Amino acid sequence: MIPEIGQFALILALILAVCQGVLPLIGAHRNDAALMSVARTATFGQLFFVAISFACLTIAFLNDDFSVLYVANHSQLALPTPYKVSAVWSAHEGSLLMWILILAGWTAAVAKFSSGVPDRLIARVIGVLGLLSVGFLLFALLTSNPFDRLVPAAMDGADLNPLLQDPGLAIHPPLLYIGYVGFSVAFAFAIAAMISGDLDQNWARWTRPWTVVAWAFLTMGIALGSWWAYYELGWGGWWFWDPVENASFMPWLMGTALIHSLAVTERRGLFKSWTLLLAISAFSLSLLGTFLVRSGIIVSVHAFATDPTRGFFILAFLAIVVIGALVLYAWRAPGLDSAAGFSALSRETFLLLNNVLLVVATTLVLLGTLAPLIVEMLNGGKISIGPPWFEIAFLIPMIPLVLLLGVGMHTAWRQQNVGPWMKLLKFPAIAALLIGVILPLLFYGRVSLMLIVGCFAAAWIVITSLIQPVRSWRRKEGATAITRSALGMSIAHLGMGLFVIGVTIVSAFGVESDRAMRVGETLDVAGLEFELRDVRQVQGPNFTAIEGVVEIRRDGEFVANVRPQKRQYLVQKNWMTEAGIHPTWNKDLFVALGDQLGDGAWSVRIQYKPMIRFIWIGAFVMALGGFIAISGRRSRRTDK
Amino acid sequence: MKPRQQRMLAVGLAVAGVAVAAALTLRAFEDNMMFFVEISDVIAGEYPSERNFRIGGLVVADSVERQDGSLDLHFRVTDMRCELDVVYSGVLPDLFREGQGVVAHGRMGDNDVFVADKILAKHDENYMAPEVAESLGKHVQDQTASLGARTVECEA
Repeated sequence: MIPEIGQFALILALILAVCQGVLPLIGAHRNDAALMSVARTATFGQLFFVAISFACLTIAFLNDDFSVLYVANHSQLALPTPYKVSAVWSAHEGSLLMWILILAGWTAAVAKFSSGVPDRLIARVIGVLGLLSVGFLLFALLTSNPFDRLVPAAMDGADLNPLLQDPGLAIHPPLLYIGYVGFSVAFAFAIAAMISGDLDQNWARWTRPWTVVAWAFLTMGIALGSWWAYYELGWGGWWFWDPVENASFMPWLMGTALIHSLAVTERRGLFKSWTLLLAISAFSLSLLGTFLVRSGIIVSVHAFATDPTRGFFILAFLAIVVIGALVLYAWRAPGLDSAAGFSALSRETFLLLNNVLLVVATTLVLLGTLAPLIVEMLNGGKISIGPPWFEIAFLIPMIPLVLLLGVGMHTAWRQQNVGPWMKLLKFPAIAALLIGVILPLLFYGRVSLMLIVGCFAAAWIVITSLIQPVRSWRRKEGATAITRSALGMSIAHLGMGLFVIGVTIVSAFGVESDRAMRVGETLDVAGLEFELRDVRQVQGPNFTAIEGVVEIRRDGEFVANVRPQKRQYLVQKNWMTEAGIHPTWNKDLFVALGDQLGDGAWSVRIQYKPMIRFIWIGAFVMALGGFIAISGRRSRRTDK
Repeated sequence: MKPRQQRMLAVGLAVAGVAVAAALTLRAFEDNMMFFVEISDVIAGEYPSERNFRIGGLVVADSVERQDGSLDLHFRVTDMRCELDVVYSGVLPDLFREGQGVVAHGRMGDNDVFVADKILAKHDENYMAPEVAESLGKHVQDQTASLGARTVECEA
């Protein structure tokens, strides 16, 4: 019964989505207030029914209703309750439903928090979001219905993939999707502006917070995914340049370009058509990402069971969205740009460079991701592109980007005089250079060119992003305080600096060692002693495990005990590595237990990962910066 | 700057950026491009000899051997027509098992043995890399078509 209610609610949501997608757009065109007012009602109605549908699926999981195919495939009686909930979005059908729920949520938020925005604009925005929702609801109902029944019902489920039975992966997809889907709001604003042919600075002011929030969630989602891959996939890498990772990273890069370009549009009324193009691209890349992940056309280590017909649906949807948007763009954009100018040395120039470099970076990642596909279509055989290529290619635009970032933050709009600018930046530049050389030498005892570049860049970003907040904090009575949006920017950039430190140090000084080890044996890795004290059996709620106990010592002194496990889940029977990690702020000590090698020996992977936490901390600080920047906006608007 | 100039500048910079980056990475691209070669082709000697490539297939049952207490491992991979010897030293991914699909990166060593430097794991035990599935499917069909008339062309 409950699954049928869910199914029925989903159909009702589709009908409301059609209303929401069609009537307000007609209303806005005819300037008919009655039709436009449908927008908000339909939006809340759609959210209501999608939420019911989502709740029904969740209940089916909690009740172990194995007469529902999706539940039978992805849950099991002994699965711990929190994972029964997160199992809802563990595979295609459920994550699509979550995508729809989040889209409805974003749309409702737009409908609710847009009191200052003209009715016609908001009606169009909601209308466009409604049309997107129609596409996804059709996708769900026609190709991927989560409520399909299984007759006869299964006695027990096939269990959730053990890799996904982890708190990190329970919240990673929702965050990622909030980010992905959030770019649809910027996209809808862009389409609405192009339909009306009217794009002013207010438009950017209204669009920007939505974009920044979506970007911040995407940042957290990606960071969480990377962290999960690090400890759960068991082998200690934090980024693999895998197609599925790239699929989430490309919208992030585009979104980053978009929030910077929106800043110019808001403050100076410039870069309008460019901003539109970025808004279209960011969302299109989100859709492309979904296509790549779901169609299985690209070989990925993250690929779960996939289905080509679904891929075809998304591809068709992607084509309609991208071609439609670009045709509209070609028609409307040329008339939008205003004639204001700026000097060669101005913040506008630096933001332009930021945009160019980020677009270049996105293009390179896209190229590397699609290359296997293109080469195969040209009959060039089946190839794959390794991480080394991405690492080199990505650094080319990234090094100038991070170096220019520190300068751009302290450059005035319109025109910057060279004198004060040099005076301000001279000290940070020298300090950063000193730190860049001394830091690695002092703590790790060697330097190389890449290391100097990395440490210099990190120090440079950190110092330059702290100048403004520190000055504001130490200001005298009566001086103007830093605005929330400037503070948010500084913090986000600071996060970028922390991230660069982490990446630089861990790639230069990380140690990785695969060894054979017997109980009682001690190995020296990275100046630490790792002793395998014991290997024993332990029992989990739905798995049994072999657990190693490894004592880590430095010069004979106890540092920590870690307990790496090899788990065997009772239903799916496959083995899973749970690494034993001793994390501290400046380094991770990581031990993973491999196979039994016979003769009492085990294979182990021991890793020393200095500063790796900074990678994720940096990303979260970036996201925090985004939220701070936005938090000032509503209060500022009400001040007026 | 006038909007027109701005646009020209933006487009110019973007094109220049992509061009420079593309030029610089083209070489790296060639070095990092790894071909997938079917086992039968490897046995026939049709593989890039001076660089790494990928192979894939099923791990032959009872073929996994290792020396006690050592990380060195030897196994055979089949594409349902030919079998290839593979050696690897290191920690194996969780889903590596006899009779299961596997993808390995590496190059040919002496004595027609493939020296793997990386064995790929998948998230999902039901998932098989598309190129492996295709390679296996082709030979299964061949076998069914010419049942009993199995050739010994593998002993090249």
